[in-house]
Amino acid sequence: MNKLHISTIINGDAQEFLCDPTATLLDVLRDGIGLTGTKEGCASGDCGACTVVLDGQMVCSCLVLAAEAQGRTVATIEGVAEGAMLHPVQRQFLEHGALQCGFCTPGFIVAAKALLDRNPNPTETEIRYWLAGNLCRCTGYDKIVRAVMDAAAELRQERMPA
Amino acid sequence: MTATAYHAPETIEQAVALLAGNPSARPLSGGTDLIVQMRSGRIAPAAVIDLKRIAGLSGVRRVGDGFAIGAATPCTALKDHAELAAAWPGVVEAANLIGSVQVRNRATMAGNLCNASPAADSVPALVAANATCLIAGPDGQREVPVAAIPQAPGRTSLAPGEFLVEIRLPARGVGDGDAYLRSIPRTEMDIAVVGAGANLTVDAEGRCTAARIALGAVAPTVVLVADAGAALVGSRFDDAAFAALAEAVKAACHPIDDKRGTIAYRKAMAAVLARRVVLTALKRAGAAA
Ligand SMILES: Cc1cc2nc3c(=O)[nH]c(=O)nc-3n(C[C@H](O)[C@H](O)[C@H](O)COP(=O)(O)OP(=O)(O)OC[C@H]3O[C@@H](n4cnc5c(N)ncnc54)[C@H](O)[C@@H]3O)c2cc1C
Ligand code: FES
Ligand code: FES
Repeated sequence: MNKLHISTIINGDAQEFLCDPTATLLDVLRDGIGLTGTKEGCASGDCGACTVVLDGQMVCSCLVLAAEAQGRTVATIEGVAEGAMLHPVQRQFLEHGALQCGFCTPGFIVAAKALLDRNPNPTETEIRYWLAGNLCRCTGYDKIVRAVMDAAAELRQERMPA
Repeated sequence: MTATAYHAPETIEQAVALLAGNPSARPLSGGTDLIVQMRSGRIAPAAVIDLKRIAGLSGVRRVGDGFAIGAATPCTALKDHAELAAAWPGVVEAANLIGSVQVRNRATMAGNLCNASPAADSVPALVAANATCLIAGPDGQREVPVAAIPQAPGRTSLAPGEFLVEIRLPARGVGDGDAYLRSIPRTEMDIAVVGAGANLTVDAEGRCTAARIALGAVAPTVVLVADAGAALVGSRFDDAAFAALAEAVKAACHPIDDKRGTIAYRKAMAAVLARRVVLTALKRAGAAA
């Protein structure tokens, strides 16, 4: 099978890879590039564990062909923290104990950050609808939702002019 | 998976040539049906033709007083288009009931229509809206009503080499209103047990002058229930008109029994939803009048 040569920007860095025409972006991120923070839960768009941001929009990377990423920018969980500095969403997940096994967590954090990037003041209902495509089998969504609300509050503080 | 090629043509002509050149090639819009079906082994197309690089296939344009929605436009982009969302709230809401935010950032109404699932959420709203499709193919372009596309579950009327270029919605006037509602076992991320779209025109006296009612998930394809529209036209939405609407809707349902609902439940729910969706459309028509 002919491999395709794809050039993208992943977490701010130019990245090239070879892929099969039917490989998904998730396959390439995990098995090709070694960015294994993005998880595969269902491979059918139902669980959100594979959530990444493609050209500014959050998508399920299991339902994107890797070839579609040609010339596009991809942001994954690995790019959320700045060096050792956790993003407020990550810190609040720790504070609230909003994870147990942690398998769903990268997807939730990428999705929650995508929400707060566009709406720093979401209601609880908005958060719950926004995260409806992310499934967690352990935590029981309440701690997750509270972590996102507190991260939003923290971000609003940070953004306030001194 | 067998060898499948990937192409991302930049013009409509290239896409037509690629599709016409290989009968098992499939257009790719958001991939939220196609990639799932390829992964499960249900289909093994020889080529996937990504339509998203074709200029003009993504985005919403005004055409006269109406709208043209590029076939590769994701559902969330419809919500972000303020004029479209104000003119056709029912269509925009129907498209934004599909899946999750992640899914809607990719999923398109054209893919929803061409996947030809009886339960496709945007389709009854589009049929009620009297929307049309611009189709490109080896013999040039043609425009057909949305209702002419689905033929049976998973089957469309598109000929080899043809694909949807855009979906067109007519102009709106004073006294127009549309709406879509579905019934699902949970609040998000499920498949419609029944879906109902309504599109009304109401005059200054509150009398119905035009009505289109379309149902999803109650037959092999979307159903435009002409008798349900006729039951409302001329009325002021009194009890007798709603009773006639309910009877017309039940008579038009030929649903299946499955884990989501029995035949009797689907028929009863279709009548309930049709009434509710008309009331929502009526409120919008009144607000516009
Ligand atoms: C988790 C999840 C939840 C979902 N929930 C819902 C839901 O609530 N309601 C609902 O209705 N659907 C739902 N779906 C199904 C799917 O998201 C929709 O049907 C969506 O609108 C498909 O659009 P797409 O652009 O992704 O289509 P694609 O997957 O790209 O294509 C679908 C089919 O149409 C063909 N096609 C695509 N574009 C064109 C074109 N321009 N011309 C001709 N043929 C074309 C393809 O070849 C393919 O056969 C869900 C899917 C997932 C994964
Ligand atoms: S792995 Fe992609 S949504 Fe579950
Ligand atoms: S913490 Fe285990 S699935 Fe969410």
